[in-house]
Amino acid sequence: MAERPEDLNLPNAVITRIIKEALPEGVNVSKEARKAISQAASVFVLYATSCANNFAMKAKRKTLNAGDVLAAMEEMEFERFLQPLREALEAYKKGQKGKREASEQKRKDKEKKTDTEETDKSKEEEEEEEEEERMEEEQEGENEGEEEEVEN
Amino acid sequence: MSGNNVGDKVDANSTLNSKNISLPMSRVKLIMKSSPDVSSINQDALFLTTKATELFVQHLAQCSYKNGSGKEKTTLAYSDLANAAEESETFQFLTDILPKKILARDYLRSLEERQEDGDD
Repeated sequence: MAERPEDLNLPNAVITRIIKEALPEGVNVSKEARKAISQAASVFVLYATSCANNFAMKAKRKTLNAGDVLAAMEEMEFERFLQPLREALEAYKKGQKGKREASEQKRKDKEKKTDTEETDKSKEEEEEEEEEERMEEEQEGENEGEEEEVEN
Repeated sequence: MSGNNVGDKVDANSTLNSKNISLPMSRVKLIMKSSPDVSSINQDALFLTTKATELFVQHLAQCSYKNGSGKEKTTLAYSDLANAAEESETFQFLTDILPKKILARDYLRSLEERQEDGDD
């Protein structure tokens, strides 16, 4: 097969780690095997996307949604993935919701403070700090997905 | 925000159990978008595809490792993958990119035999 551009491949280090964790300890993986699995994973993404897209088009939608992906898994005979995927999605959505609620809560708290307090200057400083914290949390949350650890 | 540092805090078991994923969603999105006719992808769909890809990698590695020999193997080799692609229905879609390898001389020999048949 022809060389593919780097950005259509998945990061080698991560692929390697997933493989090693799936196999018994001490098992080696040849470089060729690693590369092949990585390519297979990219092909899997394409196949799954194409399949999910068919479901979306049938429903006359232009946006692929979660249901389309799950339907694709079943179509591709990966029913074994359905349960773990549903569970993972629940946890993911909760994490996203928690992040949104946390930032909404902070906004509400700020509003309360500006209503009841008259000393604006010190409050402004506090607000700025909170803004920065929130922005950092959001960035970290997006990068790592571990909102539980990030929230105080 | 490319997500390359996602893996740093992930525990050994978390790729299996938690919502956390190791593969960067941004990269998966790039691959998905290279597919024709795909306009947009909802965030949940992107998450599921990324997670499914991780599950797939685990599944492929495990099936290929267990395939056939029954002996305790110390190394997972390319041939294990090619065999899994050929023998398992679920991995049929991979046969093009995971072809079985044969020795060059065997291939040349089979080419010659085919030509001889053609001459008759």
